[in-house]
Amino acid sequence: MIHTLWAIYRRELGAYFLTPLAWVFLAVFGFAAPAFAFHVGRFFDTNRADLAPLFDYLPWLLVILMPALAMRAWAEERDRGTLEFLMALPIPLWATAGGKFLAAWTMAALAIALTFPMWIAVNYLGEPDNAAIATAYLGTLLLAGAYLAVGQALSATTANQVVAFVLGAGAAFLLTMAGLPFVLSVLGASAPAAVTEFVAGLSALDHYNAFRNGVIGLADLVYFLGLIGICLTMGGVLVSERRGGGR
Amino acid sequence: MLVADHLTKDFGPRRAVDDVSFTLERGEVLGFLGPNGAGKTTTMRMLAGALEADEGRASIAGHDCVAARLEAQARLGYLPEGAPAYPAMSPRDFVAFSLRARGFSGASLKRAAALALERANLGGYEHQPIGTLSKGYKRRAALAAAIAHDPPVLILDEPTDGLDPNQKDGVRQLIRDMAPDKAIIISTHILEEVPAVCSRAIVIARGRLLFDGSPRELAELAPERQIEAAFRQLTLVPEGDGSSPEAVA
Repeated sequence: MIHTLWAIYRRELGAYFLTPLAWVFLAVFGFAAPAFAFHVGRFFDTNRADLAPLFDYLPWLLVILMPALAMRAWAEERDRGTLEFLMALPIPLWATAGGKFLAAWTMAALAIALTFPMWIAVNYLGEPDNAAIATAYLGTLLLAGAYLAVGQALSATTANQVVAFVLGAGAAFLLTMAGLPFVLSVLGASAPAAVTEFVAGLSALDHYNAFRNGVIGLADLVYFLGLIGICLTMGGVLVSERRGGGR
Repeated sequence: MLVADHLTKDFGPRRAVDDVSFTLERGEVLGFLGPNGAGKTTTMRMLAGALEADEGRASIAGHDCVAARLEAQARLGYLPEGAPAYPAMSPRDFVAFSLRARGFSGASLKRAAALALERANLGGYEHQPIGTLSKGYKRRAALAAAIAHDPPVLILDEPTDGLDPNQKDGVRQLIRDMAPDKAIIISTHILEEVPAVCSRAIVIARGRLLFDGSPRELAELAPERQIEAAFRQLTLVPEGDGSSPEAVA
């Protein structure tokens, strides 16, 4: 059945490059990521040979750009009527959902790789901890995957890509904001401690920060991979429900 | 080869398909006729495994369309209503995707794709994005994807819709060529198509099966002995009469 996953993956990845979407996405990411690091993060002013200014701002860039990649996953199929064609092919839904996700994740990885010249630059300028930087990149990839999976699940709720994007960006924003100190302090003042603790545990930023600090924690890995798995399953279930249409 | 067994489907309070049963054997071409909203497309979707019946069951080559969906779909070629396809892909890539999803690769994929594109008569346009093609060529690209894996069962929802007279004739000839080895269902509004390509006709209206027999038997239902007149007689409900016509076997 792996051939079905491969067929979907190839089609989806090809679809990004058959339209201007891939090139526009890569150009925007390739420009915006260093721009944030240089101008907002003051990359050169820190006088440190690391990529902290880049990894500080990447999550916020991903909040906007990952839903832009994920919005088309199911919404476009429904809008164009190709979902019926897909559902009549002998492909298990896990392969369709997985193929779509892996293609979008490949796009995200390509975009993140566009920041590698900065990694090369800090190695030229000083002696950074390359293992810590590699770990931070792994965290960035997992964070991108989580946002993509959330966006893909929400894309299954609508045939309108704009609605899918707004829902995806909103959900990614909430996941990111959940762990910020001011959010938790506001929540702590009005909600029981258990609720505040639960919301803090949902925070994608907290788990990402562990990777950013060069630590690969099992709990953080489980969080990201679990979130990806749950969201892909949710999207698949929502699409599968359409087979029952009207029931 | 294909069995529809008491298929029933509701959309909210509306019954779209009401206890429809029929079987189809290899060598038969079944014309699936009915007015708009009669339940033709819903029935075809259930047979294709794209929609699940509320009651009843369907099977293709002995495989249940729900419990053994993948096995049933592997033996089916399906052209959905409106012939949806990916506009940025070329017909060749679209057919190749359909074949790859069915386990084809390498030389067998290339051979099957080339044959399907040739049979669907896409010459000259097979590398052009589908979104830039006319409605007729777009439909032929979707038809090529439906027949490429040489399935024993074909379900074609309005395969000649939007085609010019020459293209229609080409698709009818293609159906006639494939007929001896396959069980084929075509839905159509074009009643002249029925005696031209179908060995059997089913008329459905308001979700209910009203007629199942040969095109000649269908024509003989009307005093004029014409399929169009028989179709009107079966499917038109006199104003103010909400009752359903009784089925004719």
